[in-house]
Amino acid sequence: MSDVVEKTLTALPSLLSLDSQSGAGKLSSTSKLGGLIRSITELTSKHEEEKLINRELAAIKEQVSSPNTSMRQMKEIMVRAIYCEMLGYEASFSYIHAIKLAQQGSAIEKRVGYLAVSLFLNESHDLLLLLVNTVLKDLQSTNLIEVCMALTVVSQLFPKDMIPAILPLVEEKLTNPKEIIRRKAVLALHKFYLIAPNQVQHIHSKFRKALCDKDPGVMTASLHIYLQLIKENPDSYKDLTGSFVAILRQVVGGKLPVDFNYHNVPAPWLQIQLLRILSLLGKDDQSTSELMYEVLDESLRRAEMNHNITYAILYECVKAIYTIYPKSELLEKAAKCIGNFVVSPKINLKYLGLKALTYVVQQDASLALQHQMTIIECLDHSDSIIKRETLEVLFRITNVKNVAVIVEKMLDFLKLCNDDYTIIDLVGKVAELAEKYSPNNEWFIQTMNVVFSLGGELMHPDIPNNFLRLLAQGFGSEEEEQQQLRVFAVDSYLTLLESDTAHLPQRFLQVISWALGEFSYLKDGLEPCKVTKLLAKLLDERNVTSESRSWILSAMAKLSAGPGAAALALQVSERYSSSLDTVLRQQALELLHLSQDPELHARVLPHGAAWDSFEVDSSLSFLDSFVSEALSQGAAPYKAPHQRQEELRQEKALSLEPYSISLPVSLSSCSITDRQSPTLLSMSSSLSGNSNELKAGSSTLKLEGVKRVWGKEGYLHQQDAVEEAAQVEEAATPALPLSPQQGGAESQQTHGDLTVVEQEKQKLASSLFVGLGSQNSTFLMGKSDSTSQQFRRKTRAADSTSSGVSERSSSSSHSSCSDFLHNNLLEDSQNSLNTQKIGVSNGTHEGPVTQSFQTANGIPEEDGEELGNPLPVIVDSDVASIGTETSKETSPFLDAGMVLVQPCSPQTELRDFVQPGSSGITQTSLRSQFPPELSQLPHSDISLLSSDHSLSLSACRAYRDDALLFVIILSNCSQSSTNGLSVQLDCKQLKVASLRGNALENLPAHSMSVCWYALLMEEPHTQVTVAGSVSYRAVPGHTQTLQFTDKLFLTDFIRPLTLSTEEYGKLWLSFSQDVRQNLKLIQGEGDPLRATLSALKEQLQLHIVDIIGSEGIVACRLLPDSPCLLHCRIHGGSLAVWLRSPLLSLPDCLLYYCQKTLEEC
Amino acid sequence: MIKAILIFNNHGKPRLSKFYEHYSEDTEQQIIRETFHLVSKRDENVCNFLEGGMLIGGSDNKLIYRHYATLYFVFCVDSSESELGILDLIQVFVETLDKCFENVCELDLIFHVDKVHHILSEMVMGGMVLETNMNEIITHVDAQNKMEKSEVRAASEARVLSIIILI
Repeated sequence: MSDVVEKTLTALPSLLSLDSQSGAGKLSSTSKLGGLIRSITELTSKHEEEKLINRELAAIKEQVSSPNTSMRQMKEIMVRAIYCEMLGYEASFSYIHAIKLAQQGSAIEKRVGYLAVSLFLNESHDLLLLLVNTVLKDLQSTNLIEVCMALTVVSQLFPKDMIPAILPLVEEKLTNPKEIIRRKAVLALHKFYLIAPNQVQHIHSKFRKALCDKDPGVMTASLHIYLQLIKENPDSYKDLTGSFVAILRQVVGGKLPVDFNYHNVPAPWLQIQLLRILSLLGKDDQSTSELMYEVLDESLRRAEMNHNITYAILYECVKAIYTIYPKSELLEKAAKCIGNFVVSPKINLKYLGLKALTYVVQQDASLALQHQMTIIECLDHSDSIIKRETLEVLFRITNVKNVAVIVEKMLDFLKLCNDDYTIIDLVGKVAELAEKYSPNNEWFIQTMNVVFSLGGELMHPDIPNNFLRLLAQGFGSEEEEQQQLRVFAVDSYLTLLESDTAHLPQRFLQVISWALGEFSYLKDGLEPCKVTKLLAKLLDERNVTSESRSWILSAMAKLSAGPGAAALALQVSERYSSSLDTVLRQQALELLHLSQDPELHARVLPHGAAWDSFEVDSSLSFLDSFVSEALSQGAAPYKAPHQRQEELRQEKALSLEPYSISLPVSLSSCSITDRQSPTLLSMSSSLSGNSNELKAGSSTLKLEGVKRVWGKEGYLHQQDAVEEAAQVEEAATPALPLSPQQGGAESQQTHGDLTVVEQEKQKLASSLFVGLGSQNSTFLMGKSDSTSQQFRRKTRAADSTSSGVSERSSSSSHSSCSDFLHNNLLEDSQNSLNTQKIGVSNGTHEGPVTQSFQTANGIPEEDGEELGNPLPVIVDSDVASIGTETSKETSPFLDAGMVLVQPCSPQTELRDFVQPGSSGITQTSLRSQFPPELSQLPHSDISLLSSDHSLSLSACRAYRDDALLFVIILSNCSQSSTNGLSVQLDCKQLKVASLRGNALENLPAHSMSVCWYALLMEEPHTQVTVAGSVSYRAVPGHTQTLQFTDKLFLTDFIRPLTLSTEEYGKLWLSFSQDVRQNLKLIQGEGDPLRATLSALKEQLQLHIVDIIGSEGIVACRLLPDSPCLLHCRIHGGSLAVWLRSPLLSLPDCLLYYCQKTLEEC
Repeated sequence: MIKAILIFNNHGKPRLSKFYEHYSEDTEQQIIRETFHLVSKRDENVCNFLEGGMLIGGSDNKLIYRHYATLYFVFCVDSSESELGILDLIQVFVETLDKCFENVCELDLIFHVDKVHHILSEMVMGGMVLETNMNEIITHVDAQNKMEKSEVRAASEARVLSIIILI
């Protein structure tokens, strides 16, 4: 074999040298490529292949650089280079030649050149700039195929900055008579939209035209864009729903030419796309959803189960039906469909059926019950993908009763799994379930032990953190039970440490050592000395990382008080006090001191101290005397690192500024496009970021290792809330087993005689699906119903998204939409009786259906109506109209909002928000609640965020000069007072500068209170969603939460930046990057530039610094203090704008709003 | 969106790789290797969908593949694509190849990588499905080939030999 290789290798160069002569056509690329491939297949080792390819590459290199190589030969060479690249060998020398080939070759060679370019290069490659001209030329070519090639390469890769250069040409292609060109142009624009959305902002109308194109192919292509646009912002495209429905109806009805059929199904991919778009549009929107019921029904009917592709349509259809506003008739059909999928022998369909179940079970658990036997079978399926999907379904139906079985199944799967991604995902899920539904302490600790050992270093760091916090803080149950949990933990960890520890992951070791250090004193008769010994043993193990060592050392420090332990501590600290790792060394020395001084130890590390008793003096005031002494002795005052750096820079840097600033008056466009090197300002901003990190790092040293994880913010009052939740749970649980109907699980058990295997499966089924019956669907809502949660923590961000909208007391816990769906009449009538008796209108909501509406506009939907509830709740149309109005109100343009300065004058339309169970609350009455400092500020209209039967939340935005105030008005509309209100706001993208009124002892009946958050946007975003919750107690002992969401826009955070022209010029030069964009000019009477700028000023709060002739300079800042400078100039009927800012994404975001404003003017 | 299209044989030798998102050269190779590793482990009677794989994985992406004789056709897509739809798209792709090459086999793919790429680019453009009708695809590809032919003929009447080979 090796002989053959040897021969081939020696033959190769001669072969290659042959065809460098022209006219050697006989030895075509095929044979040369063939030779190469043949010799590669003959090779046995990777090493030989490498050698061969390298030779080949060397030969190619020689050829491409030879001047005699013709374009045709170049084409052949490129194919070979493509082959080598595909095998993973870099042929970067050929990139430039690929571009050259695309540039100079005839069509046939050009095609290969373009192909090579699109395979070799990426969007940010420098060489790509050389291609721009070629593309430009080909786009203008009269040859159809050249235009097609250019469009194809553009949609694969094109430099973002150069889009404006070819955009007009691509736009023009939208009107090309050839449909293939129109189609490719649409896709190219889609690509542009993906990489630079603001560049194609102005051609949205052309997308609409493409949607109405007479050729279905072009229309199909335009759907890609619409899917993207609607995904980002469904509200703006609701008006198109009718058109999409009409298109789908025509397609389904077979109105398209037969060419579009695939296996006799009319344009299946088009149908799929349309169904996806419809489901996005109809989500949480009843009126829009109503438009599509009919066509969905029709496509369900038309799609017969006969071919793979019809299943694809059916699946999308089912998904759409479950996503949009529900209609029982359709849901029924969809459920049947899912059933067919799940039981199908075709494995792909089974997979999709399970996938559909995962999101359906939350709305309709009975479906899982129907298919429980199939689910059980899937659990043991040979395909691990199916198994995983099944676990996913089980995860969604977990409750207190079946948690143990489900978690066991998940852990079984985990033990056999070796895919990192799956492990991370599943471990997180197990931890979540264990925390939420744990039946008892012992189980919880054991499960978490398995989680830690399986998850290892992969798992999300939140898991150990949350676990430790739970141990430390407790979960609100009895103190005794809490101690029991800790003792369990200590016990199991001691056992673990006594056995072999080598296989334990580092994270787990850290958890173990922390828990031992903290809680081993709780166990009676356990000598600290014994624990210390175990820890010391652990410390000496080789595979323990230094991070874990430092956790262990701090645990030892906590234990070092005992007599035996002190001696051991001394020994350990001696060894590590000479460690090369400074952190370890410091801890060892601390350990030494603490173990020798019991008094100090007792003071620093008291046993069982409450978490919040630690006071951390972050200002380091205890050093003040030391500092002043040093200063008086002539020491230099402290400077932050970034200050030092900056000074250093100032000394070194060349001054790029002119000696006298003569700039702004002559600000011509060319001086502005000049790129300056990054200057001081941007530099210092990045440095200040570093300094923050540095500061954070240094403070950790003060905070005694592990403990700093637990800050002191706000745990105190949560404890109460959690306790109450536990009480609620106690009240709720005993009621359940008594309920009249038991789950379908048990009825299944009574069925005829069964084989042993089947019986076993049945048993498993009954343990898995216990508690899923429709009668206790509140429990199924376990996910949303936090009463059933075993361990609760308010602060977790995840809770706010996954947990329910509102809790309610067990007495009225029966009304949910799934009840309605299952004609649970008995329960219903009971429910209405209940509610009537209590005299509370049915304003609380449960279940995913209504939940989703809550998030949409915060307006309670009428499940009263659904339930046939006779209560005088709300008139539908009112609610709907309020809903739409509020959503309009929060439009990014502060239309009425900004103008409305006088707080108490009712000059804007007053709108009554009729609350269930309360008399009308008007804007004025809400506004009159504003404290004086707020009422002076300009603010937006007040809109209703969310409400339930006792509390209603409204919000408005007040524009303070230094921050955006997000004002939440809490009004108690019930007859009794509520207690213990606390507001939590969660938005990672924004920074909360200050807040007021977020915790309230007591809110009397029919009164209001105002809470506000001062928000800053440090990173630009066009819009951010803020979510939050209010927890309160209406009835003593029952904590309820009310969730809300609202959107804030970039424009809310923009403030005018008042500058003089000189300052502007100076600042302009200090930023280097600029973004250019053409904007629409407002054509009216007077100067168009002035009109346009003042429109921008009005709407976006910009400051017009100066207008000189046809140029204008404008400045604004993003809160807190990121400037953005605009230089505008009239240029051929449009307004050319250059933007500069230290924040790279700010210009883009701002441009988006500028364009929008001007479009609407 | 389609993130990548890979074809490799039963031994993991890549026969075509097309990425619609940028990855570095090394990552691309790693993805090909990992994908092969994942796909080749699977039996014949399991589903054609795969989730996971750290590189191309993440939570949103999934692999959809089909196995024909000696070749695996793998599409990596995000959640905005329909699983079964893509599965049929692979079928369309293979049928088109079959028609273009007349009983396509692995060797055709090896020796005509460029041609396969051209066919693919008529089906999928920039990660978006452009055309799903086999006849349309073939028409477009043929139109290009025809143009090339005439061009070649015009350009080099003399070099008849090379024409034959190129066609």
